[in-house]
Amino acid sequence: MSTNNAPTADKQSQQSIAVFLRQNVREYGLLIALVVIMVFFQVVTGGVLFKPVNLTNLVLQNSFVVIMALGMLLVIVAGHIDLSVGSIVAIIGAVAAVMMVNYKVDPWTTSIVSLALGAVIGGAQGYWVAYHRVPAFIVTLAGMLIFRGLTLWFLGGMNIGPFPVEFQKLSTGFLPDLIDMGELHSTSLLLTLAIPLALLWSAWRARKLNESHGIEVEPFPFFAIQNGILVAVMLYLGYQLSTYKGFPNILVIMGVLIIFYSFVTTRTTVGRRIYALGGNEKATKLSGIDTARLSFYTFVNMGFLAALAGLIVAARLNSCTPKAGTGFELDVIAACFIGGASTTGGVGKITGAVVGAFIMGVLNNGMSIMGLGIDFQQMVKGAVLLAAVVFDLYNKNKG
Amino acid sequence: MSSDVILEMRHITKTFPGVKALDDVNFAVQQGEIHALCGENGAGKSTLMKVLSGVYPSGTYDGEIHYMGELRKFQGIKDSEELGIIIIHQELALIPMLSITENIFLGNEIVEHGVINWAKASKRTQELLAKVGLKDPPSTLITDIGVGKQQLVEIAKALSKKVKLLILDEPTASLNETDSNALLDLLLEFKKQGLTSIIISHKLNEISRVADKITVLRDGSTVETLDCHAETISEARIIKGMVGREISDRFPKRVPKIGETIFEVRNWNAFHPLHGDRQIAKNINLKVKRGEVVGIAGLMGAGRTEFAMSVFGHSYGQRITGEVLLNGKPVDTSTVSKAIDAGLAYVTEDRKQLGLILINSVMHNITLANHKGIAKNLVIDEFIERKTATEYREKLRIRTPNVYQTVGNLSGGNQQKVVLAKWLFANPDVLILDEPTRGIDVGAKYEIYTIVNDLVAAGKAVIFISSEMPELLGTCDRIYVMNEGAIAAEMPIAEASQENIMRAIMRSGEKV
Repeated sequence: MSTNNAPTADKQSQQSIAVFLRQNVREYGLLIALVVIMVFFQVVTGGVLFKPVNLTNLVLQNSFVVIMALGMLLVIVAGHIDLSVGSIVAIIGAVAAVMMVNYKVDPWTTSIVSLALGAVIGGAQGYWVAYHRVPAFIVTLAGMLIFRGLTLWFLGGMNIGPFPVEFQKLSTGFLPDLIDMGELHSTSLLLTLAIPLALLWSAWRARKLNESHGIEVEPFPFFAIQNGILVAVMLYLGYQLSTYKGFPNILVIMGVLIIFYSFVTTRTTVGRRIYALGGNEKATKLSGIDTARLSFYTFVNMGFLAALAGLIVAARLNSCTPKAGTGFELDVIAACFIGGASTTGGVGKITGAVVGAFIMGVLNNGMSIMGLGIDFQQMVKGAVLLAAVVFDLYNKNKG
Repeated sequence: MSSDVILEMRHITKTFPGVKALDDVNFAVQQGEIHALCGENGAGKSTLMKVLSGVYPSGTYDGEIHYMGELRKFQGIKDSEELGIIIIHQELALIPMLSITENIFLGNEIVEHGVINWAKASKRTQELLAKVGLKDPPSTLITDIGVGKQQLVEIAKALSKKVKLLILDEPTASLNETDSNALLDLLLEFKKQGLTSIIISHKLNEISRVADKITVLRDGSTVETLDCHAETISEARIIKGMVGREISDRFPKRVPKIGETIFEVRNWNAFHPLHGDRQIAKNINLKVKRGEVVGIAGLMGAGRTEFAMSVFGHSYGQRITGEVLLNGKPVDTSTVSKAIDAGLAYVTEDRKQLGLILINSVMHNITLANHKGIAKNLVIDEFIERKTATEYREKLRIRTPNVYQTVGNLSGGNQQKVVLAKWLFANPDVLILDEPTRGIDVGAKYEIYTIVNDLVAAGKAVIFISSEMPELLGTCDRIYVMNEGAIAAEMPIAEASQENIMRAIMRSGEKV
């Protein structure tokens, strides 16, 4: 703030780097963990992990976990939990399958109806949580059983498929190639260059704007290194994907949703209120905020995203099965907690949940390539979840 | 003193960050007497008892405790309980879903070969209950008996621990008159059997009935110890000791500029949210004028907070009836957001539980009640938000390095200023302050009074709820006295005095 401290400026900037690191240890720790895990598997699997085919797979396999983690983060930040998402995935898959296969409804109508149904299911659960104060754990545990049972009954234990090609494209399709460039996928390559540039530009603009308002910004070396790494990683991954079939459709949907929910949580009043609600419900209510309605809508939103995940899973398998989505809720919840969300509510970030989901995804994928069984995979995932939360608590107590 | 002094606390000083709660307190209790401890809220009574019982362990305070002839250094409640010092707190520490027997022997079970002997425990409980005159079976759940009986169970529990010095903190605060009398009779009965007790109470008529000696605390210091047998002690005499301090310049000066009536509550009735037959607000009528600070005085539990919260968005109680008028027009305050829109704001009594999101930043807390003021179409303008928060930080002198600081890390006084900033930013016409200076130091108090003065100078109105009477007398233009959910008296500041307020409370209590 004061202006006559030029001689000590150097020392100060060093100090501020240390302070900054300490304040952001959680976020960077998480990203570093993801990078370490990726590099580890890249080495152990003899370079298979980063092969374009496998990267594409990684995206396809994890998209629905990431998408549901966006909704789950809001639910957890609001101080609730949703155990029913796996069952919602199953029932939406079943409904969509019956509509498209048995009744020949077109995929677009089917999708819209399915998404709406997901929102209604979420709302039905949110109603009990928000307006009757039944603990979310109970309501959604009941929902998990009810919707799984309904799916079994509805399908009579049968699989239904295959789906129209148009619908399958949701999960298996790629962006159209606009210009023929031989081996390389042109549209994806273009995006690979454009997105990091746009990102850099907006980061730089935000930094300048903050500076002009006299707001403390992160030390420049940090800004440069952080964004440099980010851009380099994006360029590399984007290029790799472009050498195969290009960007999957699902990656685009996922990207748009991540940006949208990041914006909602950090920049809008709705997001702000969800954090306040989770931090202290009574104080939030006494500040004139309708906390019940807010809780209700986090569940509606969760149901909607679970329905989208249900469509993606169905499209990917090209059939619906009564067992679809079993255990998904645990992966999704784990992703949020690995990503730094607090079990007591009020704390958590969209980016954290996304990185958490990818940590889980890379672990799954890497261990599968190594030929490790599901038994071992589960043990490792459990250990990672525990370690992440212990790390959080340790940090909090220290600070 | 002679050898029959059971307890002597010498030169006890206890400081909390920023506040000296006890300052060189001396306190002696004779064997076999009932010794009353009096003082206003915040005078240090409870702190003194916590020092005695080891809640604040030896080493965290200065001074010496001599008990039964020896210097004692209690490290925890366990140490003091072993020597027969038992405290019964104002908020009873019984577990509702356990039986009387289970509660009495909790942590102190009658164990044989690692197994609890319930038959023996139950028999022993019956004996203890007989001593306190309770006829309920030992297997009764605590939740099924009333507060008065629960108090007796607490005493039975104390007896089970071979109590030598019984300390009761506001034992009759939540009891009706019959139960209170029974309890006091019991204390007198125990006294005959040689038990020493210390009783902390606001109810001066009860004190003069049972106490042998009265020690008065004020602002963390001992004022005097009165011997009830040497002279007749009137209530007025005790009050004088409790409130005797000079009111000098602890309050910033203000020249009142009072305008027309801005806020009015008519025939306000409300009932307890769980016990529907208990009326918490009884036909309350209240008026506040522009530029006026109106105080609501009363003892703890008088129903002031409940009344204020029932008005502010029906946040407390059920079956609420009555009318609220702002600027002469009836307004709907049935939800908090409607109340805010109408121009009301309520600064809660309990800032940690009800006022703040402790894990959020100063900035987010300040803007929470007025997102309209910082957002366009749901999107928050970060620069406006930061500017707003910084302005309030400077205006209210909130001591924090920046507005991004987590509120939980601030001191009590600064937290209170954040709550105030939040409601000032909501720009109300009428601000209700509920115990706004509780637990904060004198300097911060002064700053909060200044903010109040600035507000009314700007033509707003303030309702000031406080249990500290000097504070009300120093800041208000007019005072309502509340007792048991009803307005017991209304007095302009010229006629108000601590004695008058106390008298009004007691008179209304006698009527019931």
